[in-house]
Amino acid sequence: MLKAVILIGGLQKGTRFRPLSFEVPKPLFPVAGVPMLQHHIEACAKVPNMKEILLVGFYQPNEALSRFLSNAQQEFKIPIRYLQEYSALSTAGGIYHFRDQILSGGPVAFFIMNADVCSEFPLLEMLEFQKEHGNTHVILGTTANRKQSMNYGCIVENQDTNEVLHYVEKPSTFVSDIINCGIYLFTPEIFEHIGLIFQKNQQDLLLEEQMNGWQRAEVIRLEQDIFTALAGREKLYVYKTDRFWSQIKSAGSAIYASRLYLNQYHKTHPERLASNEEGRPTIRGNVYIHPTANIDPTAVLGPNVSIGTGVTIGAGVRIRESIILHGATLQDHSCVLNSIVGWDSTIGKWARVEGTPSDPNPNDPYAKIDSETLFREGKLTPSITILGCNVNIPSEVIILNAIVLPHKDLNRGFKNQIIL
Amino acid sequence: MKALILVGGYGTRLRPLTLSVPKPLVEFCNKPILLHQVEALVKAGVDHVILAVSYMSDLLEKEMKAQEQILGIKISLSHEKEPLGTGKSNAGLVFLSKLGIKISLSHEKEPLGTAGPLALARELLTDNSDPFFVLNSDVICDFPFEDMVKFHQHHGKQGTIVVTKVEEPSKYGVVVYEGESGRIHRFVEKPQVFVSNKINAGMYIFSPSVLHRIQLRPTSIEKEIFPVMAQEGHLYAMELQGFWMDIGQPKDFLTGMCMYLQSERQRSPERLRTGPGFLGNVLVDPTARIGQNCTLGPNVTIGAGVVLEDGVRIKRCTVLKGARVRSHSWLESCIIGWSCSVGQWVRMENVTVLGEDVIVNDELYLNGANVLPHKSIAESVPEPRIIM
Repeated sequence: MLKAVILIGGLQKGTRFRPLSFEVPKPLFPVAGVPMLQHHIEACAKVPNMKEILLVGFYQPNEALSRFLSNAQQEFKIPIRYLQEYSALSTAGGIYHFRDQILSGGPVAFFIMNADVCSEFPLLEMLEFQKEHGNTHVILGTTANRKQSMNYGCIVENQDTNEVLHYVEKPSTFVSDIINCGIYLFTPEIFEHIGLIFQKNQQDLLLEEQMNGWQRAEVIRLEQDIFTALAGREKLYVYKTDRFWSQIKSAGSAIYASRLYLNQYHKTHPERLASNEEGRPTIRGNVYIHPTANIDPTAVLGPNVSIGTGVTIGAGVRIRESIILHGATLQDHSCVLNSIVGWDSTIGKWARVEGTPSDPNPNDPYAKIDSETLFREGKLTPSITILGCNVNIPSEVIILNAIVLPHKDLNRGFKNQIIL
Repeated sequence: MKALILVGGYGTRLRPLTLSVPKPLVEFCNKPILLHQVEALVKAGVDHVILAVSYMSDLLEKEMKAQEQILGIKISLSHEKEPLGTGKSNAGLVFLSKLGIKISLSHEKEPLGTAGPLALARELLTDNSDPFFVLNSDVICDFPFEDMVKFHQHHGKQGTIVVTKVEEPSKYGVVVYEGESGRIHRFVEKPQVFVSNKINAGMYIFSPSVLHRIQLRPTSIEKEIFPVMAQEGHLYAMELQGFWMDIGQPKDFLTGMCMYLQSERQRSPERLRTGPGFLGNVLVDPTARIGQNCTLGPNVTIGAGVVLEDGVRIKRCTVLKGARVRSHSWLESCIIGWSCSVGQWVRMENVTVLGEDVIVNDELYLNGANVLPHKSIAESVPEPRIIM
């Protein structure tokens, strides 16, 4: 039997997802109409012999997470449990801490996935690949362009055997254009390697005289501590995919990830895509509309638009490349482009809410979305406009390349600013 | 009586509009600028208007011919003697307008400044002893031509300048004059300390004898002629009542439009549109078509044959003849040129000016864009710039 572990992080991680992460844990943020995590869970539930899904992270227990878990269990008919770390133990520390839970029942192998990636999840192919390569550990890789590869974990591959010869996390010089997708397939043997590192850490820290040394020893990073050690020892193999894959670090990448998943719905969930019908709004490209949304037939939506529950959209509204979260209201003639409109926000008549997309170069098949810094040369980098929860935009103003924190009532337009 | 209108320059400040149409023919509140002035002059008893033009005169002449139907004018050619003896005719054409007046073009071979045109038109201006008007073609106000005649005849000297009060006089040249009589003492350019808040409004009335002071060469009337006249006690100031604006550049064109529409609200309110969807002062040509759920105003002028689709919001704009604004767009402080097409969900603001026949694609944002004629705009312009 098989298991899957999804690393969901905690509040201290994922600060690049603010202000959206103020309201909801990042793994629950809706991408293409459903929580980010649900795409992982759907993919796992499709794998035969998948017996259990474990979520490992350090979020305090919260209502949103619990509700999501119970709904998901019902819908996908598979046990899903949340294992809360007592502190941030990093990518290997968490699973090592819970190794007994992961290994209970005797799985022959288990997947580890980062919650903040968007992927087609070729899990069956990875299982097949693992069998062909002597049941070793598998890491999912994809190709990036030379310049961008250095923002990720880089994998040097033996082209004949697919063995990982060398692994470096975010090198400062070019190493390889094959990057780590944050999705792995391990056998239980991995815990021996992690255990060795754990003991080594303990010994090092004893020498250092730290008070909480025993705690810090448990902080183990898969990438820097485990993969670099396993490389070149015929233990770690890379399965390369050319299917879609993207990180979801910033709010802008949520819109890009939405586009990728919405496109996938043609194959996997065509019922989630809206279509053009008499008396309904005009739909262009891929659009997700929750059934409880109330949309005027003269509105024009898409491409790449997700509309959440209970959203109200007035006459003559135009939305493109945006995510409209639950309960928001867009009044007549307003225009929303490249933006995320927060829960219960209101956009006044004729207002224009616009951001700048940070999409990868469409001419480069290996280009990935840029993880731009918030500021460049002292100025705010033009990016997706984000309205936090319960933000009110008055009529007829323009909000351009701005980030508005929750519960703000604006009285004028803003450009290229963060509004606290 | 006669009037000389200094059309002169290249109209560069009102580009891109003046790249298609000579400035005097650009419609201000749905009527060519020139016609605002000429109609008021006619009411004051002027029967002959001379237009002093420089390099644009061929185009103006062609436009005047094309406008023949619209202005209701007849053209007859009359060659006049060339004062500099080069053998070429200079004052080209004489127009007979339906107003029953003559309009002549006086063509400067080289720009003659602000006084030279008077010398060029000397023959025409001195054929009787009546005073004559001189106007800057960019001026819009409640024209006080009848009052000017009375005032001028009352003091009996050679020249009267109309002055107007402004809030920031040190941006201009101010006029210092005696309050009671109006006799001008001196002019001060851009004064550092407060001297006076009255500036030259660009409208004068002169006795023909003033032409003895002016030679046919590039001359500035303000710098060379007026100071001497003031010293000799021959120059008087008449204060203008009501609004005044130099509409020679787009920002001021729009401000002047607001002032003019407000004055129309007082004088002929029936010309303005009221009712649901119309806020403040809105002037709409009867041939314009306005869609559902539009909100226009305050301070909007819509030209002939303009089409506004559903859900359009326009504030403080001039939309020139034949333009189309597609649905749900939002415009504030813009000038939309003739035959332009503005797409759906477009936002334009901050003195964006579209030249003739510009196409703006759907969903764009234009902030202070100055767009030359016949351009297609496919990308937003988030910060003010010129699009060639």
